[in-house]
Amino acid sequence: MAHVAKVDAEIGLLARFLQGRKWYGVEWYMTVIGGFIVVFIVVLTLLTFFTPRLAPYDPEGMVGDPFTPPSTQHIFGTDQLGRDIFSRIIYGAQLVLQVALLSAVFSLVVGVPLGLLSGFLGGRLDRSLSLLMDSIYAFPGLILAIALAALLGAGVLNMSIAIAVVYVPIFFRLVRGQVLSIKEELYVEAAQSLGARGRTVLWRYIFPNVIPSIVVVFSLNIADAIITEAALAFIGLGVDPSRPDWGYDIYRGRSELVGGRWWPVTFPGLAIALVALGFSLFGEGLSEILNPRLTET
Amino acid sequence: MSEPVLQLRHLSVDYPTRAGVVRGADDINLTVYRGEVLGLVGESGCGKSTTGAAIMRLLRPPGKIAGGEIIFDGQNLMELSAEEMRRLRGARLSMIFQDPLTCLNPLQRVSDHIVETIQTHRPEVSEKDARKQAAELLDRLGIRAERLDDYPHQLSGGMRQRVMIGLALALNVDLIIADEPTTSLDVIVEAQFLDQLRDLQRQFNLTIILITHNIGVVAELADRVAVMYAGKLMELADVRLLFDDPLHPYTRGLLGSVPNINLTDDNLQIMGGSPPDLINPPSGCKFHPRCPRAIERCQVEEPSFKEVRPEHWSACWLYE
Repeated sequence: MAHVAKVDAEIGLLARFLQGRKWYGVEWYMTVIGGFIVVFIVVLTLLTFFTPRLAPYDPEGMVGDPFTPPSTQHIFGTDQLGRDIFSRIIYGAQLVLQVALLSAVFSLVVGVPLGLLSGFLGGRLDRSLSLLMDSIYAFPGLILAIALAALLGAGVLNMSIAIAVVYVPIFFRLVRGQVLSIKEELYVEAAQSLGARGRTVLWRYIFPNVIPSIVVVFSLNIADAIITEAALAFIGLGVDPSRPDWGYDIYRGRSELVGGRWWPVTFPGLAIALVALGFSLFGEGLSEILNPRLTET
Repeated sequence: MSEPVLQLRHLSVDYPTRAGVVRGADDINLTVYRGEVLGLVGESGCGKSTTGAAIMRLLRPPGKIAGGEIIFDGQNLMELSAEEMRRLRGARLSMIFQDPLTCLNPLQRVSDHIVETIQTHRPEVSEKDARKQAAELLDRLGIRAERLDDYPHQLSGGMRQRVMIGLALALNVDLIIADEPTTSLDVIVEAQFLDQLRDLQRQFNLTIILITHNIGVVAELADRVAVMYAGKLMELADVRLLFDDPLHPYTRGLLGSVPNINLTDDNLQIMGGSPPDLINPPSGCKFHPRCPRAIERCQVEEPSFKEVRPEHWSACWLYE
């Protein structure tokens, strides 16, 4: 067996990349395509923080006539203020990704420890936490996010928190469920029969076995949060009307559809779809690869 | 006989269920002496594993000890706090499990398992020394030191089983409970495993409670045998005595139903029926519905477990 492992290790990164399907099936392509989109968007967005020269035009300046259709000068056209939509999309990703990432991190940081404790300790703590989480989960997510966003006010942080609250129960329920099933595994019982402390069992036996599922749900959560962020921005609960924001741009462009001016809506919409798809594919693919048993999240 | 390591006195275990309380182990009285291998045999669901888990105080919920005493080395385990009990597990009494394939954490190396166990009980041992001990331990069990940093999936089932023994032996335990340790091994690995267990047992004068439904394993390893049925002890005797002269009809049934190459099909006696539903156990002796020699009294009164002949205990009206 050691021999086989050695041969595996000798296969180069490129070969692994090209032959992944052999080991993991079609999901490999989902992961690779999703991962490619994710990496592309993330790197691009990171670059926009450091250089204003990444886009052809200033995303916030009037650089052409209003409502110029897509052309060689403005490949995605311009909006009602004559701003270049392509540049706005590139810079708009900043906000979307910040909010999506932050909110996913927040809900992970809150949901995972609570789920671990709840599943491991059980009893009254488990019952009250589960009740609380189920009540949050029972709300329609978007409506809860709208209410919270309105309550907390504008700002990247506030918006992230509003979205995070909606997704905490997802992490909580996932982790709690996994803990409950891993708790029944023989190696947990064996560890206990050898005198392992409760915290050792939780930290070294249960938690590491939950991580694959957390990674998957984290990625899927970002995809969801992107859409929620866009929805919040669309109804005017966005961060800052002057900063490029895909959701808000769609909102302003939507009235122009009647006049046949489709481009202010279409391109930000496509951007949202593409990024959300990227994270979704990545997450779903990973879920198949890391944990074939995980069907529902 | 040498000094007793473990004494069970009137130990009973209950599993409350929606349909009623199941008494998984009923009034178990048993003494285990230092250096002996006590076989605990019976059909599935007769309370063998329940008894084992109860001794470790690791019953799966909703199971709980309903009464009785577990005297380990002069100390009633029932009186210990959860923390005191935890310190005892692995250090003074430990357990080997049925399924070697899943008894190790898939995300921890073999060395991590052993080092962790040593350091849990003896925090003063440095990581380096613990690793050295782990290597020696594996070496004694016939696993080369270079496998120390392998993950469980890189080891075969038999090797994993040996690692599990190594974990149980990592500290100088007084009692090992082996819960069906060979059930999931194939016969060849099983034979090797039994050889090794016997060697280790002799070498370190280990005390082992060997829980199994395999009469052959018991014959090979055990010094004394306790037979369980429907949560009750039925018979207890020296292994020779039990095989040569079984008293209880259930023990006879068990021994008679073991296939033997010297027997023709006609001679293989199959015990009819199946163990009773413990929510509504039969009246009187729990075995009487299946017992070929049941008398009227068996349906009414439950026989007590007593020493019928010297060093030969049984619970049966035939020997009153």
